[in-house]
Amino acid sequence: MAEMAIKKKRPKNLDLPTIRLPLPGILSIIHRISGAVLFLLLPFLLWLFESSLESAETFASFRGVVDNALVKIILLGLIWFYMHHFCAGIRYLLLDLHIGVDLKSALLSSKIVFGVSIALTLIVGVQVLW
Amino acid sequence: MVNRILVGAHYGLKDWVIQRATAIVMAVYTVIFLVVVGAVGPDSLATWRGVFANGFMKFATFLFFVSLFYHAWIGVRDIWMDYIKPDGLRLLLMIATAMVLVGYAGWAIQILWRT
Repeated sequence: MAEMAIKKKRPKNLDLPTIRLPLPGILSIIHRISGAVLFLLLPFLLWLFESSLESAETFASFRGVVDNALVKIILLGLIWFYMHHFCAGIRYLLLDLHIGVDLKSALLSSKIVFGVSIALTLIVGVQVLW
Repeated sequence: MVNRILVGAHYGLKDWVIQRATAIVMAVYTVIFLVVVGAVGPDSLATWRGVFANGFMKFATFLFFVSLFYHAWIGVRDIWMDYIKPDGLRLLLMIATAMVLVGYAGWAIQILWRT
């Protein structure tokens, strides 16, 4: 029985441009992309953390890097990625507890995740970067 | 012949639990960190170093980093398993991921305990 179910041919549509993701799907793929990008930029972030703490000279160069307008934009993007991963992650923990699994509340909680993560990004980003 | 469906090595549940446990540690730390930084308002090297010179924050930050690297291992490994089909390349990427994360852990410890 189980074997039959596994072998059953299912229709597949992997033509990405024709797939219109609902909001929880967009939340999900950004959760994955944000995690991947944060992972890839870990050496940069650890280096920033190190130079912010090591000595007066490295602290000064840290200030110089962070004062760069382009770096500020990148860091703001990374703060958003972090906040999105954080908020969407809490939503997934609630889903694990079977809270908000029906369609209506799943859609509502996705909207809340986007709203709260963007608000947190602006609050924290402006405080830290400007 | 026995008809049997192979269902894996059962490491899935352990990783599922660890992924969530490390997420909770990081979420709690994030709140603590924002509250501490908001209260201290570090604006110089001395006050910023002071945040991590504190024993509790040093310990909490260390736990955060360990959780981060373990969490990243599970998440990135899942990405390789989803998208990288050739076994050799997948194995190579997994090994590289594990290696850099262990390296980052050593780096993070060094940053924290030099401060």
